[in-house]
Amino acid sequence: MPKRRDIETILVIGSGPIVIGQAAEFDYAGTQACLALKEEGYKVILVNSNPATIMTDTEIADKVYMEPLTLEFVARIIRKERPDAILPTLGGQTGLNLAVELAKAGVLEECGVEILGTKLEAIEKAEDREQFRALMNELGEPVPESAIIHSLEEAYAFVEQIGYPVIVRPAFTLGGTGGGICTNEEELVEIVSTGLKMSPVHQCLLERSIAGYKEIEYEVMRDANDNAIVVCNMENIDPVGIHTGDSIVVAPSQTLSDREYQLLRNASLKIIRALGIEGGCNVQLALDPDSFRYYVIEVNPRVSRSSALASKATGYPIAKLAAKIAVGLTLDEMINPVTGKTYACFEPALDYVVTKIPRFPFDKFESANRQLGTQMKATGEVMAIGRTFEESLLKAVRSLEIGVHHLELNEAKTAADDVMEKRIRKAGDERLFYIAEALRRGVTVETLHEWSQIDRFFLHKIQNIIEMETVLKNHPGDLDVLKKAKGLGFSDAAIAALWNKTERDIYALRRQRGIMPVYKMVDTCAAEFTSETPYYYSTYEEENESIVTEKPSVIVLGSGPIRIGQGIEFDYATVHCVWAIKQAGYEAIIINNNPETVSTDFSTSDKLYFEPLTAEDVMHVIDLEQPIGVIVQFGGQTAINLAAELEARGVRLLGTTLEDLDRAEDRDKFEQALSELGIPKPAGKTAVSVEEAVAIAEEIGYPVLVRPSYVLGGRAMEIVYNRGELLHYMEHAVRVNPQHPVLVDRYITGKEVEVDAIADGETVVIPGIMEHIERAGVHSGDSIAVYPPQTLSAEVIDKIADYTIRLARGLHIVGLLNIQFVVSGSDVYVLEVNPRSSRTVPFLSKITGVPMANLATKAILGTKLAEMGYETGVCPVRPGVYVKVPVFSFAKLRNVDISLGPEMKSTGEVIGKDVTFEKALYKGLVASGIHIQPHGAVLLTVADKDKEEAVELARRFADIGYQLLATNGTAETLKAAGIPVTVVNKIHSASPNILDVIRQGKAQVVINTLTKGKQPESDGFRIRREAVENGIPCLTSLDTARAMLQVLESMTFSTTAMTEGLVRS
Amino acid sequence: MKRQLILEDGSFFVGEAFGSLKETTGEVVFNTGMTGYQEILTDPSYCGQIVTMTYPLIGNYGINRDDFEAIRPHVHGFIVKEACVKPSNWRGELTLDEYLKEKGIPGLSGIDTRKLTRLIRQYGTLKGMICGLDVDPVEAAAKLRAMEWPRDQVRRVSTKSAYPSPGRGERVVLIDFGMKHGILRELNKRHCDIIVLPYNATAEEVLGWHPDGVMLSNGPGDPKDVPEAIEMIRGILGKVPLFGICLGHQLFALACGGNTEKMKFGHRGSNHPVKDLRTGKVAITSQNHGYTVTHESLSGTRLEVTHIALNDGTVEGLRHLDFPAFTVQYHPEASPGPEDANPLFDEFLALIRQFNKKGEVIHA
Repeated sequence: MPKRRDIETILVIGSGPIVIGQAAEFDYAGTQACLALKEEGYKVILVNSNPATIMTDTEIADKVYMEPLTLEFVARIIRKERPDAILPTLGGQTGLNLAVELAKAGVLEECGVEILGTKLEAIEKAEDREQFRALMNELGEPVPESAIIHSLEEAYAFVEQIGYPVIVRPAFTLGGTGGGICTNEEELVEIVSTGLKMSPVHQCLLERSIAGYKEIEYEVMRDANDNAIVVCNMENIDPVGIHTGDSIVVAPSQTLSDREYQLLRNASLKIIRALGIEGGCNVQLALDPDSFRYYVIEVNPRVSRSSALASKATGYPIAKLAAKIAVGLTLDEMINPVTGKTYACFEPALDYVVTKIPRFPFDKFESANRQLGTQMKATGEVMAIGRTFEESLLKAVRSLEIGVHHLELNEAKTAADDVMEKRIRKAGDERLFYIAEALRRGVTVETLHEWSQIDRFFLHKIQNIIEMETVLKNHPGDLDVLKKAKGLGFSDAAIAALWNKTERDIYALRRQRGIMPVYKMVDTCAAEFTSETPYYYSTYEEENESIVTEKPSVIVLGSGPIRIGQGIEFDYATVHCVWAIKQAGYEAIIINNNPETVSTDFSTSDKLYFEPLTAEDVMHVIDLEQPIGVIVQFGGQTAINLAAELEARGVRLLGTTLEDLDRAEDRDKFEQALSELGIPKPAGKTAVSVEEAVAIAEEIGYPVLVRPSYVLGGRAMEIVYNRGELLHYMEHAVRVNPQHPVLVDRYITGKEVEVDAIADGETVVIPGIMEHIERAGVHSGDSIAVYPPQTLSAEVIDKIADYTIRLARGLHIVGLLNIQFVVSGSDVYVLEVNPRSSRTVPFLSKITGVPMANLATKAILGTKLAEMGYETGVCPVRPGVYVKVPVFSFAKLRNVDISLGPEMKSTGEVIGKDVTFEKALYKGLVASGIHIQPHGAVLLTVADKDKEEAVELARRFADIGYQLLATNGTAETLKAAGIPVTVVNKIHSASPNILDVIRQGKAQVVINTLTKGKQPESDGFRIRREAVENGIPCLTSLDTARAMLQVLESMTFSTTAMTEGLVRS
Repeated sequence: MKRQLILEDGSFFVGEAFGSLKETTGEVVFNTGMTGYQEILTDPSYCGQIVTMTYPLIGNYGINRDDFEAIRPHVHGFIVKEACVKPSNWRGELTLDEYLKEKGIPGLSGIDTRKLTRLIRQYGTLKGMICGLDVDPVEAAAKLRAMEWPRDQVRRVSTKSAYPSPGRGERVVLIDFGMKHGILRELNKRHCDIIVLPYNATAEEVLGWHPDGVMLSNGPGDPKDVPEAIEMIRGILGKVPLFGICLGHQLFALACGGNTEKMKFGHRGSNHPVKDLRTGKVAITSQNHGYTVTHESLSGTRLEVTHIALNDGTVEGLRHLDFPAFTVQYHPEASPGPEDANPLFDEFLALIRQFNKKGEVIHA
């Protein structure tokens, strides 16, 4: 069918900020979709609140709106732009929900906007549990016994009928937020209560637990002509019971016979046809491991995380084709972009094994509950490709960047047998490693199957790996064994450890003996047709398919899996770097392992190597490609961390030299550089013992900022106010010794300011300066940043610019650098310099119009910034105000303290832009998911040190008509200041206490500042968690509260009584 | 134990032996299906061929009691990247290695099957030999090149005598050119009263069973090697509704004046899109053929092309313009592969009912 000509303009809804359950995969999908629609000649309008995305680049759509994804704002855009249609199926659950809201509010009808792809009715049939069950019954497709419940009583009634265990799935929530498996009454009460609260429609599905079944997913596509195909099927190694986003997943399925495969294929196609979806759809099924019995678990009538994975696993670009289907094209008339010769209407054949492993944030959230269940907890994922299952698995393991290069984890090694068993029975994020350890200790596959219910097939494969360890150990230096081990995916580091050699020894030996990997192409068709796709993976086979071209090439290292502290922003910069390399006339080669991203779309670079980012795997590519150099600046800490080892192996790093990188990263060298450049930093020293730390703190004065010397994202960083706190920190939070020094710095209370700059050794371009709302001490990634600065004096700005320029020149930066400053009065101190692309590069690039990653790349490749029309200094300030507001995923992570501090906790960010600060901030806050209520009650419970400051805020809240609620201590202070306040009982008092107030929705905002103690028992912790779990904004910094108040004040007409004397009597 | 695959172009692949250790020769072909190896092994159409699976992990779910497509396998050899040693599936009974040993079929694992596939894609199907490392590849290749292919595969795999598969529905005579059990299964499912006849049954013999319809099965090799079947088809055409699959389709085309030719490397897999030219819809089909009916040969015949392969445009389905007869190149019985084309069996029965105006057929 030809594409539709009755529509011209299409609005595409993005997915907003990165949160757990909704990550970079939607930038990948949205970008593909927008480009596909443009390619077909449509005018594309895009709305997304996430500035750290490629899709919000102005080249991707005809018009880009970075506005909150709420009914209010998107309706405004629709009324203004009058698109003919909207495409909501590429923006995850957010996009889909928004489309439903727009339709229900009548906006779509009012403006004559058609929904493309999946009709509203189909969305509801797939998303609403009752309608979904009705449809499945109609189709004769089995679903587990279940009940829709709206209260705890109904939950009891259901359990009485079918017994435990049961699964709770709240309706209309992301990543299964608020759900879980209950095996007893206590869990039932807890999970059902949370689930009902989390669900916007106060509805949960309770169903018979089919835990232990095989979890199988089918990615299916259908066009308007009813052609329907399966792009990929996937098997979760972890059986049903663990969210698929948290499961280790392989593609294609490994343990299904053809009959089982076709049985589930038929069911999936029947469902997509019945829903009438025009585009992509994900069907999740549970298959009894001992019969042909199966159940349909869930259907996502849109592109999803799984479809991104399926696209990368097969090469088949689902989102791109889904977008074209949405405008009427059919599968049989579209060419498969991978082969360029065959048609899109076929089912990809894989000739390799793909493994995906999720990346969890538990390194940041040590107190979090690590047990996995139906609520997703992973922030990102890695994918690896191999020709054996073992190779694919081990490549994925070392892609994770969790400090392991093999199925070996210290905690597992030292665990007692009973702990090990527990870790395997109750799945946590490290189960795979405990299984490996159990096999080493002689536990049988049969026993492990009983403990974990993981299919024996996978356990046997892991056993193969463990057995190879023994073979290696017994045959040091044996080349045949070495070859076999490499075929099973063993890293050089793992082999080196077993052979008592160094990693480089093993590499050298292999190189000398020709035991090197070859690269195979991902071509969708198992080599049946010729393909030109430059998408490769390494494996130990005979024939290499990656042909090195004559053109000089540059290799860019990606940033690996998304984690807290290293998000999509780095992929954004990586993609721009790749594009700039192409523009500069080189062949751009990327190495990365994150299946969610734009950078791993094979059409982004000239060549894509889907590989782990380890020295070994990167060196293999370098040895083959012989690039002119490698760029490490854009891949976050992942790439930077490889710099030293690569250079030691003779690789040329492009841009800032290793020596200069080290001068910025190494504490002592950095201090020396600063003093040479005459740039002040807060007083501080390095301690290698507890005593020394105390001495330093006494010398420079409390409060002090303490942290381990080499840290990422502020991990284990704390502000301590006295000797007692310092001792507690030194004993509990870090292990201090000469190898692991602790840094003790003076903590300066002041404004934090962040700057990104581009330098080429001469010119230093500063696109903009961002002022943080929260005072220093809150991690920059968790602060609200404002451009242009709102309160900095010209003198301070000049100082900042001057320091930035001096630092860039002094550190011989070629490329990007990011600096954090703290401003106290007119004094400016440097806190930190990152000689690389930063989190703020996409935000700043978009709002200032300076293509930072592009310029930096060209500078790295030798073009002078001056030649490109830039000069040293701060770029002229753009009109408007722009704020970057962090977004957190606390609702999904139980037991995590939400209070802001030096450790980064946010998973994503949104932009708010408008003509005034208040309007911009309003948008930012709204976009971040905070409901701003013009009136209501604010609940204050602040630490003693903050009470004075809180008085001023309380008075202003009272002035705009907010009711004040406070706990005793805070209330006393307010009363003393003459502010009317209602006292609420403390946690341990009788009901109604503070928790009841929050639960019952009697407060619209909670302001709680940190009392000492991060342990979950503290009252403050419970208050904060209660607020999060009830979806009430909880502000833990008075600065954030003040900013929000400013917004509220700007929205409200204050009512002031007339002064008596003026009234005529 | 190390063994090798030698190809007629002189190239060779050294791998690990499994299954039988005898020496074997055959036409080396590849199949891109990711599941269904048990069905592929026992599909008689592979008679005389050495099958390479492009998916690297084969044997994962073992060999079970149910999924055979013939009493015994007819492949001459089986090549995989990895033959699973410890399969896991509730129906699995034997490992791939155990089964192939039992059936005397040589297997070779641990070779770069993608390299082999690319070689076949480039040069077309090649003659090959699985043998020990003592065999000299140069000599063996010369021998392979000089070797004449057998032309009697159909005779070898077809039933030797007629047998019934009773039902209470329409009487269907099924000519076994190397029939997959799946065809029988689909007809049984529809309650047909089936008489299976050998490939060389004459028209008189076929009609002597008073069939309501005749089904021409799949089978191995070159359709031109079975002239007796072409004769038979000419003799029954128009007298009884006819449905042909794969080799049956090619024989039908030859009987009606069309021509066939050998393809470079054929279609073998579970992901082949076929377009129905009458509805414009595409079905994903299971295929296994090395010959094809040529488009040019159909002009002047009374055959209409109803289906084409979406990717290379080859003929995938035919219909006779005057008589109740249609055929497809692919496998509506699936097993292995997608079941999208399964309704063709219903179409066949509808055709029978339409043709048979003698009255309602009573079902069991």
